[in-house]
Amino acid sequence: MKKQMGRSWAALMTLFLKSKSKKTLSKTGVKNIVLVDGVRTPFLQSGTTYADLMPHDLARTALQGLLNRTGIPKDAVDYIIYGTVIQEVKTSNVAREAALGAGFSDRIPAHTVTMACISSNQAMTTAVGMIAAGQCDAVVAGGVEFMSDVPIRHSRKMRKTMLSLNKAKTLGARLALLGSIRPAHLAPELPAVAEFSTEETMGHSADRLAAAFGVSRREQDEYALRSHSLAKRAQDEGLLSDVVGFKVPGKDIVSKDNGIRPSSMEQMAKLKPAFVKPHGTVTAANSSYLTDGASAVLIMSEEKALALGYKPKAYLRDFVYVSQDPKDQLLLGPSYATPKVLERSGLKLADIDVFEFHEAFAGQILSNLKAMDSDWFAKTYMGRTSKVGSPPLDKFNLWGGSLSLGHPFGATGCRLVTTVAHRLKKEGGQYGLVAACAAGGQGHAMVIEAYPQ
Amino acid sequence: KMVTRAVAALSRFTIRARCILFAARSHVNCEIKGDVAVIRISDPNSKVNTLSLQMQKEMTEVMDEVWGNSAIKCVVMISSKPGCFIAGADINMIQACKSTEEVTRLSQEGQKIFEKIEKSPKPIVAAINGSCLGGGLEFAIACQYRVATKSKTTVLGTPEVMLGLLPGAGGTQRLPKMIGLPNAFDMMLTGRNIRADKAKKMGLVHQLVDTLGPGLKSPEERTIEYLEEVAIDCARGIVNKKLALTKEMNMMQKIQDHVMSYSFVQNRIYSTVEKKVLKQTKGLYPAPMKIIECVKAGMEQGPDAGYLAESQNFGKLAMTPESKALVGLYHGQVACKKNRFGVPEKEVKTLAILGAGLIGAGIAQVTVEKSINTILKDITEEALNQGQHQVYKGLNDKTKKKSITSFERDSILSNLTGQLDYSGFEKADMVIEAVFEDLAIKHKVLKEVEAVIPPNCVFASNTAALAIKDIAAASKRPEKVVGMHYFSPVDKMQLLEIITTDKTSKDTTASAVALGLKQGKVVIVVGDGPGFYTTRCLAPMLAEAVRVLQEGVDPKKLDSLTTGFGFPVGAATLADKLGIDVAAHMAENLGKAFGSRFGGGNLELLKTMVAKGFKGRKSGKGFYVYQSGLKDINPELKEIVESYNMMPTPAVSSDSDVQYRLISRFVNEAVLCLQEGILTNPVEGDIGAVFGLGFPPFLGGPFRFVDNFGADKLVEKMKTFEEVFGNQFTPCQLLLDHAKDPSRKFHRLIH
Repeated sequence: MKKQMGRSWAALMTLFLKSKSKKTLSKTGVKNIVLVDGVRTPFLQSGTTYADLMPHDLARTALQGLLNRTGIPKDAVDYIIYGTVIQEVKTSNVAREAALGAGFSDRIPAHTVTMACISSNQAMTTAVGMIAAGQCDAVVAGGVEFMSDVPIRHSRKMRKTMLSLNKAKTLGARLALLGSIRPAHLAPELPAVAEFSTEETMGHSADRLAAAFGVSRREQDEYALRSHSLAKRAQDEGLLSDVVGFKVPGKDIVSKDNGIRPSSMEQMAKLKPAFVKPHGTVTAANSSYLTDGASAVLIMSEEKALALGYKPKAYLRDFVYVSQDPKDQLLLGPSYATPKVLERSGLKLADIDVFEFHEAFAGQILSNLKAMDSDWFAKTYMGRTSKVGSPPLDKFNLWGGSLSLGHPFGATGCRLVTTVAHRLKKEGGQYGLVAACAAGGQGHAMVIEAYPQ
Repeated sequence: KMVTRAVAALSRFTIRARCILFAARSHVNCEIKGDVAVIRISDPNSKVNTLSLQMQKEMTEVMDEVWGNSAIKCVVMISSKPGCFIAGADINMIQACKSTEEVTRLSQEGQKIFEKIEKSPKPIVAAINGSCLGGGLEFAIACQYRVATKSKTTVLGTPEVMLGLLPGAGGTQRLPKMIGLPNAFDMMLTGRNIRADKAKKMGLVHQLVDTLGPGLKSPEERTIEYLEEVAIDCARGIVNKKLALTKEMNMMQKIQDHVMSYSFVQNRIYSTVEKKVLKQTKGLYPAPMKIIECVKAGMEQGPDAGYLAESQNFGKLAMTPESKALVGLYHGQVACKKNRFGVPEKEVKTLAILGAGLIGAGIAQVTVEKSINTILKDITEEALNQGQHQVYKGLNDKTKKKSITSFERDSILSNLTGQLDYSGFEKADMVIEAVFEDLAIKHKVLKEVEAVIPPNCVFASNTAALAIKDIAAASKRPEKVVGMHYFSPVDKMQLLEIITTDKTSKDTTASAVALGLKQGKVVIVVGDGPGFYTTRCLAPMLAEAVRVLQEGVDPKKLDSLTTGFGFPVGAATLADKLGIDVAAHMAENLGKAFGSRFGGGNLELLKTMVAKGFKGRKSGKGFYVYQSGLKDINPELKEIVESYNMMPTPAVSSDSDVQYRLISRFVNEAVLCLQEGILTNPVEGDIGAVFGLGFPPFLGGPFRFVDNFGADKLVEKMKTFEEVFGNQFTPCQLLLDHAKDPSRKFHRLIH
């Protein structure tokens, strides 16, 4: 009896699998590109244990973690690409500095890309492009962000004076320049998480977005609480296996993300709005926070991976980049990217088993869900005939998200892709979808297919 | 057949029945949301809300219901029209009044309504999106709390002074208390619009609300909803005492308020403001002084005296010719913002401009600002560079004033292409030439351009004096040729004079008007002829000005006589601005066309000045010398003038005589333009003179001036001058007709 039930269950599963729009996304004449593995450092709130490091230290740790995890020979990689947002000026090509320190062969070229919060997505898709074009077979892609230290500059006036000082020939000329320094010269220039084009901070834009979609404070707090609770459970159950421990010089070994803090609705309700005062809805508790961290993934052509004896975790399939108005649609990237990438791959929303969306703000996620569920929005702003539909929450960010795990801008993309691969395996799904928004009003989505067991 | 008729009758009946149902309350709607009454305002017959009689009546009814309903604890006042809270009182309502007393009563009724609003036991929150002006602002400041959107369309202001009126429904009393004397005077005396962020800083509004982008509804609709939600929270917050009604003040503001409470400080402010007003208005505009008087009465003698002074002065001002002239201009301006030639077949998406000089670059600036692809072409790199820099500077100044961001500046500039050749002209929908005022050159560029532009492309000539038909003579397609006379500086001057020939097609005209309106211009369309309308009116006045100089009046005195009459810029300064060479060129051309009527001053005087390099402002020397921002009479001028010396005739040389000599030649020429059909109507004549040439606004333009001053009196004056100077002062037939029959007026009589 029991056996029979088991058999019919299996039959049901095959039926279920057959009900997908496509059996696989493999295309003839197109190379299969696989994710061999992915790792990341623990994501820490900035200003905590990583505070005295430099960005390349974090990136190096991720790279070393990847080497250890995959055991790949240090010269078997053709290329290294890193994504980062706020650059340390001393290590502007942070990919190269980190690779050298991580022990990779100095014969492996490395470059750094930047595309705000989808920088490491850009690093990965650049790698995919290189492999697809037949230029490389094995590429390491990753991302790093270090918010404990950011470049704070002298004012433009001061910089100008200092540069002129270099050129001043006589002592008199130098003294005259020094004498021209006024208190105004001394005011420093701070980087801001604000759009250059609109001068609006991202949190402010998120608050307006939430208001535009009628997302209440309560809904946002509930979503944030869900993110933290799910992250906590994933951490406790040991699901976050992409995390590699980090012996921070002069400090303890860090092995866990430290920003996961499930609170209560009452506690969260006490917070005042952080950006739109006094009536805004976005607070510190329902936003992602400033985070230090790095991630890395090993991407190969399927043949190469198999030749090296790897069992890949997933196929990296279709991906898209989108962009829209940086003022009023700054954070709507996922709404635009999701239907586009599904269309590209010939899948429907219902075909997706695992969703991993970047959570910049609870209000941003909920606004995107509402936008994707609106025929009016699809027709009026996206030029589509109907809505794509809203991802079911029981498949959505089940191991926490950027709100709870943290969001090192440049590093989040790799975390999303690795998490999809791990969740597909754990949950037995076939297709996963990653989507993220980014400053500049840009967005990205990628379809990932489980590697056959 | 019977059936259809019956159905028709029935449907007519239902429509009427529906109308009656709605007629009960068409402007004001009240929705009760729990303990909050949300009162929504929307005039069904207009794009904007005004405080019309109907609006006031319905508002009073609704407020009485609200006050009588014990379930309601607080009120939100909001407009359901995007872009407009309340744009002001209904001007027609004031114009319909026949006496001072009647207007005073109107004012007192308004005061009473707003007093009830102010003393409302249930807090009222004004939720402001879009224009909140005049009576609308007075309404808002009578409410207990104000929330405004940060939309660019949200502006608060008291523009009454620009109509020769004052804020007559409590504004002169409440504003000083709310934002302090200096700010209140600034608002009421300049009439300028205050943007939301500034209003918050001044204490005019309590809270700001962001505008929203796309969501599940259109941005406009959702922004209003959001504003309402926030306003409801505020209203409840006031009831629950979670929201304080007193404004938070920093130390500086507290000190300022304290200092202002001393009467000697207040008196000092009054006298400073009075002096400034007198200097700027030359005593020609009564409204500003009355505003000061009302504020003073309220501050010194208490609210009763203040409100009384306000309503009485409002009544008095409404009956002044100055106010009627300014209201007339307002209506004229509205009329000249419409395209009476209809929608052109093809919208201008690419505009090419020839000549990157002051005017060409100015046209480029106002065009790129409206996201139209603009090609700016010149023949030398130096000229092009200068023109492109002018556009950049114009936009960058706006960035400095924070009216646009640097990003907006850059993206606007991306619409501009500077070039030395004709590439891309094959895509142009319109070409405006602003090259040197020389027929041969104009012909040359016209031919060059026609060789490269598509067949449907309009060729517009920016000229101040050359006849368009002469320019069009070289064209293969004269129906596509039109004149577009811009005024310098183009980004500041509101007027555009469009000139059509007999051959210009209606669609070409429609296209030119549409572009002008898009550029934000007030547009008049006039017939072709030497000097068209504006230049033709200006020339005889300048000829007279030269004669006055020859009679021994110095430029400073001449300027003070003209500004004393109400011109914003004196005649000598104006000539310097225009360029003495341009003035000479213009006088010579028009002199040839119109003969001795355009004589008076000796043209040689101007020519001698030009020969000596005194070309006006641009050359640093003209009637004045311009040095590091200062101007002084050109010391070398005296010698030149003396060589053309004329003996003044004492009988026609008093200050007032000189003023009327100048103005009557201007006005007579304007009337002649209407007589000859250069002008289609007096409204455009008034608008052109005021917005293009600075004709005294309080006189309302030459035609309004004749109506008010009396054609007979003007003719009488001109005849005295004619005896001395001859045909330059011969009144034209139309003016004589009006003089003969006092019932004939250019403008419909308003009581």
